[in-house]
Amino acid sequence: MKKLISACKGAYSAIIFLFLYLPIVVLIVLSFNESSSRAVWGGFSLKWYTALLENSSIRDALVNTLFIAAASAAIATVVGTAAAIGINSMRRLPQTLITNLTYIPVTNADIVTGVSLMVLFMFLSIPFGRVSLLLAHVTFNIPYVILSVMPKLHQMNKHSYEAALDLGCTPLGAIIKVVIPEIMPGIITGAILAFTLSIDDFVISFFTKGDGINTLSTVIYTAITKGTKLKNQINALSAVMFIVVLALLIVVNVRASKDARERERAARNRARHR
Amino acid sequence: MGRLKKKFRLSFVALPYTVYALIFILAPMVLIVVYSLCYQQGGGWELTLKYFEKFFDLSNPMYLRSLWDSVWIAALSTIVCLILGYPMAYILSKMRPSVRGMVSFLFVLPMWMNFLLRTFAWMTLLENTGVINTLLGHIGVGPVQFMYTKGAIVFGNVYNFLPFMILPIYNTIVKLDGMYLEAAGDLGANFSATFRRVIFPLSLPGVVSGVTMTFVPAVTTFIVSRLLGGKNALIGDLIEREFATGNWGFGSAMSVIIMVMILLMMGVMGRYEKEQSASGGLLM
Repeated sequence: MKKLISACKGAYSAIIFLFLYLPIVVLIVLSFNESSSRAVWGGFSLKWYTALLENSSIRDALVNTLFIAAASAAIATVVGTAAAIGINSMRRLPQTLITNLTYIPVTNADIVTGVSLMVLFMFLSIPFGRVSLLLAHVTFNIPYVILSVMPKLHQMNKHSYEAALDLGCTPLGAIIKVVIPEIMPGIITGAILAFTLSIDDFVISFFTKGDGINTLSTVIYTAITKGTKLKNQINALSAVMFIVVLALLIVVNVRASKDARERERAARNRARHR
Repeated sequence: MGRLKKKFRLSFVALPYTVYALIFILAPMVLIVVYSLCYQQGGGWELTLKYFEKFFDLSNPMYLRSLWDSVWIAALSTIVCLILGYPMAYILSKMRPSVRGMVSFLFVLPMWMNFLLRTFAWMTLLENTGVINTLLGHIGVGPVQFMYTKGAIVFGNVYNFLPFMILPIYNTIVKLDGMYLEAAGDLGANFSATFRRVIFPLSLPGVVSGVTMTFVPAVTTFIVSRLLGGKNALIGDLIEREFATGNWGFGSAMSVIIMVMILLMMGVMGRYEKEQSASGGLLM
């Protein structure tokens, strides 16, 4: 009986994994297809990859995507970390107000965030292009940084900042030397989250980018809805992105579990010395 | 006095963000509400409810029907995700800790693939000339029309949002204190009773979180419906179309309606959802 149950569990997990991975596997296999058919195998070929490398619109979009992701993550991390520190030391009422404001982009539908920012940019006559895109990405990234840093601030000893001041630190010095090191894990999580959310975003970019500029997501959207020829290159692009994401996630997770192990060891040592 | 001064200084570092949030978070919301209630005539602006009247017009209920379709399709997608996801989350939480990390990593991985690419992948499989229909053709069946149906939208939603359902539920079950289960066993409960009366109620915060994370994006998507749904326009498509054709007033009114819906839902759900982290365990 027990064996039967565990076999069922295994089969169920296998079906769910097949469901999640089948389309990705199919895309990767088709990216090596000599034929441009998306159902019939015509032999092995790397021609879609070479076409991808030579495609300047995809290359430009990749540069834009990475630039916007890096810049918006950097700005959001600095402004968001400062905001979290400030909000944490506010009195009740302003704290509640700003926290609720921060939750708006997180809970709102992407499409509403997108169109409302588009309306704002038109209203303020901010030119559409890299600037509007960057402002939009910073807007939806900052809340995630704040929400990643906040828990670390709550865990921190409230008095260490004041102790630093009493020992003669300036407020800025105390923040840099005492507060920031304590909340660093939260800051890093926030920065990674911001970077990846920015790369992954389609809806908000779609409404705030204007005509002259594309990100990877919007190029993919155009290719899927219009260009049939590009679809084969999109297969190749999917394969490349999948491998990059896989590599990045492995690095991040290895780092995270190493951190956890080290923290455990440190805690054990501390317990022993006591 | 000195203490007060210090406190004031520290909250001051939130000033740049406060200004930014007022301009880029609050102002856009205000603008949307203003545009939904005003229309331009000649040089001036006039207050109006005509956009909302158009939406809720019972003699021509095409917009209401579209909203109903969106809610219904999203609800169905959410229920399918819950039915498929809960057992998976439960199985995952009972695996050995060393295996668990690896397996939950495998769940997170497809989520980091671009949303459009994931949906595109299913187009490749489901098209009339796609992989599945070609295979079916070999055994003399089909082609079956999978694409451009409401079923295809549900399918696309389930595929895209299933991990968002599994992970929060998994996170609550895995933190569940084993003592409760032992106590239930000692008191004579069999598995089904333990599950019904202990495990499931205690995992409700995760369920609520998963339902929210699935339902909200599913209601408002315009990608899945456009790529897989063909002519079945959902509320997200309508909003996009109105803004693309310059009808800001009506587009804004529909955005306001969506916002109010989400707020109401959050209000109801928020009572159950307390200890879920903001990122929903995306980074594990």
